[in-house]
Amino acid sequence: MRNKLGLSKERIDRARELAERIALPVLDFVAGHTTVTVERAALRLIGADGSNADGAPVPNLVVDQLKGQLESGALAPYVNALLRSGGGVGELNAKIAGGLKVTDFPLGDRAAVRRKTEELVAEGLKRVGLSRKHREAKLEEWKDRNSKPLLYLIVATGNIYEDVKQAQAAALKGADVIAVIRTTAQSLLDYVPYGATTEGFGGTYATQENFRIMRAALDEVAEREKRYIWLTNYASGLCMPEIAAMGAIERLDMMLNDSMYGILFRDINMYRTFVDQKFSRMINAYAGITINTGEDNYLTTSDAFEKANTVLASQFLNERFAYAAGMPARLMGLGHAMEMEPGIENGFLYELAQAQMAREIFPEAPLKYMPPTKFMSGDIFKGHVMDSMFNFISKATDQGIHLLGMLTEAIHTPFMMDRFLGLESAKYVMNSMAGFSDEIEFREGGIVKTRANKVLEETVVFLEEIAQKGLLDSIAQGLFADVKRPKDGGKGLEGLVKKGPEYWNPVEDELKKALGLAR
Amino acid sequence: MANVIRPYGDTLDDGKVQLSFTLPVPDGPRGREAARLSVLGWGFKDCEVVHSAAVSDEFSFYVAYATTEAGLDYDLVQSAEVHSEDQVMSMDETNDYIRAKLGRKIVLVGACTGFDAHTVGIDAVMNMKGYNHHFGLERYPMIEAYNLGAQVPNEKLIEFAARVKADAILVSQIVTQKDVHVENMTQFIELLEARGERGRFVCIAGGPRISNKFAVELGYDAGFGKGTYAEHVATFVAKKLVEKSLA
Repeated sequence: MRNKLGLSKERIDRARELAERIALPVLDFVAGHTTVTVERAALRLIGADGSNADGAPVPNLVVDQLKGQLESGALAPYVNALLRSGGGVGELNAKIAGGLKVTDFPLGDRAAVRRKTEELVAEGLKRVGLSRKHREAKLEEWKDRNSKPLLYLIVATGNIYEDVKQAQAAALKGADVIAVIRTTAQSLLDYVPYGATTEGFGGTYATQENFRIMRAALDEVAEREKRYIWLTNYASGLCMPEIAAMGAIERLDMMLNDSMYGILFRDINMYRTFVDQKFSRMINAYAGITINTGEDNYLTTSDAFEKANTVLASQFLNERFAYAAGMPARLMGLGHAMEMEPGIENGFLYELAQAQMAREIFPEAPLKYMPPTKFMSGDIFKGHVMDSMFNFISKATDQGIHLLGMLTEAIHTPFMMDRFLGLESAKYVMNSMAGFSDEIEFREGGIVKTRANKVLEETVVFLEEIAQKGLLDSIAQGLFADVKRPKDGGKGLEGLVKKGPEYWNPVEDELKKALGLAR
Repeated sequence: MANVIRPYGDTLDDGKVQLSFTLPVPDGPRGREAARLSVLGWGFKDCEVVHSAAVSDEFSFYVAYATTEAGLDYDLVQSAEVHSEDQVMSMDETNDYIRAKLGRKIVLVGACTGFDAHTVGIDAVMNMKGYNHHFGLERYPMIEAYNLGAQVPNEKLIEFAARVKADAILVSQIVTQKDVHVENMTQFIELLEARGERGRFVCIAGGPRISNKFAVELGYDAGFGKGTYAEHVATFVAKKLVEKSLA
């Protein structure tokens, strides 16, 4: 990575130091707490699955039965019930769905429960490990077949079978990554629906069965094209760890996972979110899943030119929280977006500066670059030109993951031909300027260098302020995205549980061991 | 005398239209002919398919130019928009108008309601900064604006509006796939009516797919669609409140 912007190493180091200091007290809190969805995620990884006649998932039924005693963790009571009731995990799930309560069995031979649980954890993690190895083997087998950056497309029909058609068409035309957008309500559900779904609004439910269906469809195209097709879904929301667990089991390759997005943009309680994001990221890291963080949201809410420093600050924080979850930099798809008002003189240069700056500060991270949305209008012709400029910047600054712009953004969920035009534009632009980034230098004292250094400096100042106030108070006071969130407000706080002296979660223990985490 | 208009390509009344679409057939000569015949089937007179490409094995994309003979009497056209541009007041004019005619601040509450998670519309109209060089309602000195954000249940929005003694409620709906917004917007009005409070608030609906006609049909005072800025909403609310105060 050439340093083209002359960014101060001392300032970058200072920002990282501040991010570490900001995250520390939050991580202290996280270490002492669990949540309902952390427990459900652990249950899912040892085999809890299925749902009852009313659609309530088995992991929820178990955790609800344990209300008041969750401080010791959910795994031991579940496995105790397994041993006491006889039969396998599948049979136990069916019984629970039929009304059996795991609390009906007094805790028996603890050593036997412990042995059985550890066996189930090993099996579950082995399955995740095999998924990771499969992905690694295919990426090695088909290396250099994907575009650089990876071309990322979204499907959002609401019907998983319709999604499959559109996803396969897009992958055949050159998309490397397919993201299935979730239905608009799902981030606020405190459970994950079960089974294949065909009804959704603005997207499709994230369910394990839907993951499986799309995975198989994309693998089919991948084998035919000899090109790995990455599958993406959304971990964010009230069920971050559970969806991460489902993604780990079904070999998703990327998951949207931001350390603060739920708090700021979905009004989920901050304590709940910080506990959930840590466990979900540990699962992502173990599964080799690349996370996509949500900094683009700051720019659609606030002004992209004025608040560029909040994006960089958030990237530093997301990086810190990801490291704290044992995630290597190569899995950190830190987000940002081209969202400045298109009428700004030299706006292109400011966007170029921002993208190049992120590239140089996070050299190993596969940065996720998002296209213009806020200033896309019904003028599809102008929109297509804006997307072409975006394609140019992405290639010129070696971004890792390129979310394709749609000329019909702000009009409708993309038509099949909209995706086709987006792909064609990106392929044309990126091919015709393939070597541009190696050719170009930036002028000393010029607009690009000056802008990048200014944003970095503003970021350090901003992080200093957060370090002084503390992260939770900073969020409460509206320092991020002009959104104020009270510490005890928001959704999901009732699902937060302080770990008791008997707390036992061998999934967490094994993940920590595998990821080399001290806590 | 009728004032008949047709699309203008490069000559008056040539009726030229540009089209692009996808067909669920493979690309090729047969696909292109299918595209041409489809366009003629839609009532166009000539059609030239100028481009085709394979979107996948089973789908193909077309760009076509066609000619229409259909004309329209422009004199008979009436706009369904709530505002005509020349009657929209600027931010300063609105503030002066409120001060002079009402003599107090207007209280206004907005939210993106139901399961809709998209704040982009309500933010564009309400945020201080506004959108595209049009300041938002929070910037108006004579308007006290509360933006409750996204995924706000209708009940909560109404309760909040009652608590702050709002004059007007803004309901934003972005997601309209499968008409999910219709039920939600209808429920809002029904809730207000059940509480006997419909008359208490000026009710506004907004969103890229919302038209004034549609919103009024659902029982709102007005609806604002694409191209709406804060001043359009502010003008309407201010005038409506003055009208109410005189009634």
